[in-house]
Amino acid sequence: MKTEITPTPIHPAPGAGTDLPGWGIDADPTNNPTHPMKHYTGADHDRLNYPRALQQTRTVEVLQSNERPTLTRVFGTAVPPSGVSGMLRRYAFRFSEGSAGHWLTLILADRINAMEGIADDLRHGTVPNIFAERGWNAAWKHDRKNVIKRVAIGAAITAAVVTFAVMHKAGKKKLSI
Amino acid sequence: MLAMNYRGPFRVRADRNRPYPEIMHPRDAIVRVTRSCICGSDLHLYHGLVPDTRVGSTFGHEFTGIVEEVGEEITTLKVGDHVLVPFNIACGTCSFCQQGLYGNCHESNPEATAVGGIFGYSHTAGGYDGGQAEYVRVPYADVGPTIIPAGMDLDDAVLLTDVVPTGYQAAEMGGIQKGDTVVVFGAGPIGIMAARCAWLFGAQRVIIIDHIEYRLEFARQYAKCEAYNFRSIGDPVFFLKKATDYYGADVCIDAVGCEAAGSAMQTFTGRKTLLQAGSATALHWAINAVKKGGIVSIVGVYGPTWNLVPIGNVVNKGITIRANQASVKRLLPKLVDHVMAGRLNPKELITHRVPLEEVSDAYHIFSQKLDNCIKTILIPPRAEAAA
Ligand SMILES: NC(=O)c1ccc[n+]([C@@H]2O[C@H](COP(=O)([O-])OP(=O)(O)OC[C@H]3O[C@@H](n4cnc5c(N)ncnc54)[C@H](O)[C@@H]3O)[C@@H](O)[C@H]2O)c1
Ligand SMILES: [Zn+2]
Ligand SMILES: [Zn+2]
Repeated sequence: MKTEITPTPIHPAPGAGTDLPGWGIDADPTNNPTHPMKHYTGADHDRLNYPRALQQTRTVEVLQSNERPTLTRVFGTAVPPSGVSGMLRRYAFRFSEGSAGHWLTLILADRINAMEGIADDLRHGTVPNIFAERGWNAAWKHDRKNVIKRVAIGAAITAAVVTFAVMHKAGKKKLSI
Repeated sequence: MLAMNYRGPFRVRADRNRPYPEIMHPRDAIVRVTRSCICGSDLHLYHGLVPDTRVGSTFGHEFTGIVEEVGEEITTLKVGDHVLVPFNIACGTCSFCQQGLYGNCHESNPEATAVGGIFGYSHTAGGYDGGQAEYVRVPYADVGPTIIPAGMDLDDAVLLTDVVPTGYQAAEMGGIQKGDTVVVFGAGPIGIMAARCAWLFGAQRVIIIDHIEYRLEFARQYAKCEAYNFRSIGDPVFFLKKATDYYGADVCIDAVGCEAAGSAMQTFTGRKTLLQAGSATALHWAINAVKKGGIVSIVGVYGPTWNLVPIGNVVNKGITIRANQASVKRLLPKLVDHVMAGRLNPKELITHRVPLEEVSDAYHIFSQKLDNCIKTILIPPRAEAAA
């Protein structure tokens, strides 16, 4: 069924938000359309000559956009680049932020990193519980139909593959007789 | 300590063996988290759409907490202060911060110049660990963290770190005038808050568009706006034109971002094959449904490469596009006032309170929009006792 809509009413509909406390309190006719949100101070024209914090010491490898000559005064150290994904990330940072080489390489690195993560878990003696990580407990509780559907589809595909493989093998045997 | 640990697309877990964060700069603080939300932005990370999201990261950019330790230059905070922490990491002195653009700080993210530092938001946003953890390192602790006013509910406080300022700024950037018709795309927490805030600027009519019925119903109640399901209105642009005497809305707000549904072509190229930086369906509709000379305000997040949008219509219709990451610190004084005066009641958006240990399930529920979920907060162990 299609929902119909009426044109703008001249007077607000009863119960509309026009009755809320604070209605119109922040209306600003000068904010139309490009009243600057920026509190312009001219600081833009001083460029990079502003007071800076002390420099955080670099304790881990930090990749740096080639669109800036220096590190920022503080930075995060969450996960330094490592492994094959790390090599790709270093390569990505040779390109500017305007190029696909930068971002698509990083996405590729992310995908490889996910596999490295599994290998890393195994190395540390943890078998990742991928179902739990994907929140299947919640899915089972709130979306059971969908879980059953997906499991059924998975089972059907597996069955089809197995059947195909068995028949293929059987066929080959017959031929070789 | 206990913290969320990202393992790859759609895979996160609660990990008890994460290292306790350290002070790395004299303007740092360490905060013990008392509330931490999951945001629609986290879903872009969770779905593997944000470049340089490294395995082993901790997400979370919306949190409150108690100051545990301060760096030697911090004089504005002391151990034991209960603070809300804006999601932007900002130095306060660069030319951008000086002009109120705290979301665009030049001294918080070495890895990209196109986005400022954000807690727990990939290495593209600075490589900081986030607040879905027991403890978190807070850089520039003399700029962002704000002591929670006496009498303010913690659940309200945590929503002041992102949802309220982002929704408010979406409306503010719309340049809404008294009497305007405002269309908000997306009835997630951000869109609902934007719709609610549109009234503060004097909107005459507020319409919200989504395709999830329970969210539309929630928006109707909470934001006192009209709400329509784009699956049952035919062509949404035509529908909105008709609703506005074939004139177009005065203001359109994109509160959906790069995971928009509603167009097979956009979904295939943007979400399935990454030929563009996410699907731009809502933005496309916003540009086409706004009046000539109208304003399109974008807070929905898109990736850094490129998107398919009708830019020719932007030119020919003389549309102004305004967009940014919310500048939380700039807006806080006004928004604290709105919350304390009861003009905004953000905590009503919270539908789920989940122990941090169950973070995998919490992500799944929010991502798949199950169990009537609007907004989820994660609660670290010991936090309830502290609060
Ligand atoms: N700019 C900022 O500072 C900032 C801050 C926070 C969040 N965000 C962004 O805002 C967006 C929304 O965040 P949220 O927490 O509300 O997320 P959410 O995922 O809860 O909500 C998004 C909503 O959009 C709906 N939707 C999908 N396609 C649509 C379409 N074509 N038209 C209309 N609605 C559609 C979804 O059904 C969903 O309800 C995200 O992109 C998030 O990253 C930006
Ligand atoms: Zn957020
Ligand atoms: Zn700054």
